[in-house]
Amino acid sequence: MALDEEAVRERAVAFLAAHDPAGDRLEFLRARFDAGLAWVHFPEGLGGLGAARELQHVVEHELAGTPQINPGLQTIGLGMAAPTILAFGTDEQRGRFLRPLWTGEEIWCQLFSEPGAGSDLATLGTRAVRDAGEWVVDGQKVWTSGAHHSRWAILVARTDPDVPKHRGLTYFVCDMHAPGVEVRPLRQITGEAEFNEVFLTGVRLGDDLRLGEIGDGWRVAQTTLMNERVAIGGAPVKRGGGMVGLLSEVWRSRPEARTHDLHQRLLRLWVEAEVTRLAGTRLREQLSAGQPGPEGSGMKLAFASLNQALSGLDVELRGEEGLAYDDWTFRRSEGVDFVGRGSGYRYLRAKGNSIEGGTSEILRNIVAERVLGLPSEPRVDKDVPWKDLPR
Amino acid sequence: MTLLYTEVEEELRASVRDLLTDRCPADAVLKRVESEAPYDMDLWKTLAGDIGVAGLLVPEDYGGAGASAREVAVVLEELGRAVAPLPFFTSSVLATKALLSVGEEDLIQELASGEATAALAVSLAASPYRPLPETVTVTDGGLLNGEIRAVAGADVADVLLVPVGTALYRVEAENARIEVLPSLDLTRPIATVTFSDTPASALGGLDVRSVLNFGAGLLASEQLGVAEWCLGTTLAYIKERRQFARPVGSFQAIKHRMADLWLDVVRARAAARNAADLLSPPDGVEAAGGRELAAAVAKSWCSEVALHVAEESVQLHGGIGMTWEHPVHLYLKRAKATEIALGTPGAHREAVAALADLPAPV
Ligand SMILES: Cc1cc2nc3c(=O)[nH]c(=O)nc-3n(C[C@H](O)[C@H](O)[C@H](O)COP(=O)(O)OP(=O)(O)OC[C@H]3O[C@@H](n4cnc5c(N)ncnc54)[C@H](O)[C@@H]3O)c2cc1C
Repeated sequence: MALDEEAVRERAVAFLAAHDPAGDRLEFLRARFDAGLAWVHFPEGLGGLGAARELQHVVEHELAGTPQINPGLQTIGLGMAAPTILAFGTDEQRGRFLRPLWTGEEIWCQLFSEPGAGSDLATLGTRAVRDAGEWVVDGQKVWTSGAHHSRWAILVARTDPDVPKHRGLTYFVCDMHAPGVEVRPLRQITGEAEFNEVFLTGVRLGDDLRLGEIGDGWRVAQTTLMNERVAIGGAPVKRGGGMVGLLSEVWRSRPEARTHDLHQRLLRLWVEAEVTRLAGTRLREQLSAGQPGPEGSGMKLAFASLNQALSGLDVELRGEEGLAYDDWTFRRSEGVDFVGRGSGYRYLRAKGNSIEGGTSEILRNIVAERVLGLPSEPRVDKDVPWKDLPR
Repeated sequence: MTLLYTEVEEELRASVRDLLTDRCPADAVLKRVESEAPYDMDLWKTLAGDIGVAGLLVPEDYGGAGASAREVAVVLEELGRAVAPLPFFTSSVLATKALLSVGEEDLIQELASGEATAALAVSLAASPYRPLPETVTVTDGGLLNGEIRAVAGADVADVLLVPVGTALYRVEAENARIEVLPSLDLTRPIATVTFSDTPASALGGLDVRSVLNFGAGLLASEQLGVAEWCLGTTLAYIKERRQFARPVGSFQAIKHRMADLWLDVVRARAAARNAADLLSPPDGVEAAGGRELAAAVAKSWCSEVALHVAEESVQLHGGIGMTWEHPVHLYLKRAKATEIALGTPGAHREAVAALADLPAPV
């Protein structure tokens, strides 16, 4: 029988009694993983207790103020790689990867997009060819967030060019320290380089780094992408908190900047932020009641347009201050920083919200087709072998 | 608290929907709107008495079901979905809520059983955030004089509840002049109510604002029902209708609009559920701000969404959408009228400004 709230709390309390949070940070996090308190909904032995997902908050509450992981830096590992490894990995793979992934000892990135394959991910051309029990990977990836500090990557590559595009893909874990992996920063509109291009030249990966069956890469990738959209759209916030909270603070602190027009727009956005927050809460309730819905893709859509509108109004409201920018330096960044950076950065970075993790146009297609059951887009490339597609 | 529907709520929904599917199909509603009897009082007797919706808000001690705003909201969703010409909102929600706060036991029991219906004699366009216009006066002898315009549900009410100043008066409807006007909303017409030395009995003090706020928060659920019907009906139509040798619903320009409408409705459902949930517990000072805020958010959002979906529904039906024969206009008219009812979206957003501490420019 699954553990209830009280049982989970007891585990957390017992753990805290036995481990000194003031001691070594990494030791503490590893022990927390081993006690099943990393992500309670994961199976026992893999950082979890096999409990309901929503009981995680009990653990977070009990362990508040103890050493924590870095969710910003670990977004791709926690939100995408982990659920995919859990769903498709072998016991060895789960045992090898999940613990350092969670503690943050090993950072992950996502090698999906390519110069010629973005929205149409399945058309990607990076090749993986079998050679003496190993795979040899050649190709170029792009927009790879955080590749510069990653130990591992989730990678989709083409293993069979002779079948239609969705069928010839295989999913791998890529060793970012392997010879032939070259990471080059790409400067973004915000000034710094959060993402990269990654060149893969004769990179050798053992077959034990394959995730799922040969040729089943598209299905494995779907798991990653569904989780990505939930990760991007689903974080809980308080009423009036998050981005709209930042904007509200500016509004309150600057009576001289207030105009009727700004006020009307602010109120509209406040209401939209609130109904979006409530829809997110309702979605999480549905998920934990075992009624998962395709609404997740919808939340990411709402989140993107809301974030863009809020951050745009923020810059406008600041007037003179909005004309300034905090830092254009071309440097490697740790991750997305919506709170620490200035309003100009937030405005520019939010532009990526409707592109990363599936563009808003693609998400509208998904909602229209999978949720509303409308006919799919004409697919001229569906039955054509990948190698014969027009390029 | 939950934003989902409970099993009990789903059962209630199913019985209301079954009855409406059977007795209140769109063509019947359409026929009725231009008849002598725009309201279907036979259907109302069944719904109020047999299914017991009229007494949902009424405590069991008074012969009601002792349910809450959550169940009322579910009924409103179904009535909105059918644009049902029934006095549920006006009698079982607004009037009943007013009576419960003055504790008028006998009348409450009659309303709860569906034997009698009542209407709160305020303009449907009244805002919870402004004082009501003082158009009715009371003589020393307790007679009412004056008129109230745009009252919904008065034409089928046995009893009128008339707020004068801070007091609530009871008037037998037969003693007032009730003149129904040609109305934008065909399924919930408005009337001018006139009193001339009309006998009335004082029932006690009433905070009309809180009744209107409660009504506005729940009207959001009716608007959700309107939006859901429009979305579902449009979806079915664009899957069937073919032009250029393909369903019009296969064009991306239309798919994307539908996806956006769907997302608006998803959020309307969450907002309406939240308002219904917060309006449910017994009034307490603690939650008052949160309740008002939830109602204001739900009413402003759901008003605009219902209207937008209804307008898009007309457009996506093409010429058929402009005909009297197709029922979508009934929904458009309901959506436009409820946009104004009990506070426009803008009025509710102004309330949000106060409740969420986002002050207006000085
Ligand atoms: C900040 C940021 C971080 C990212 N991080 C990563 C990462 O870590 N790993 C990774 O693999 N990728 C990452 N990406 C890449 C991202 O997933 C792609 O940019 C995205 O999928 C779009 O692909 P594209 O850039 O090739 O645009 P395209 O697919 O070429 O799209 C161009 C335009 O055409 C529209 N379009 C395309 N197809 C259709 C269609 N069928 N119907 C209607 N409109 C259409 C798009 O919506 C878009 O507006 C990141 C992107 C950004 C902006």
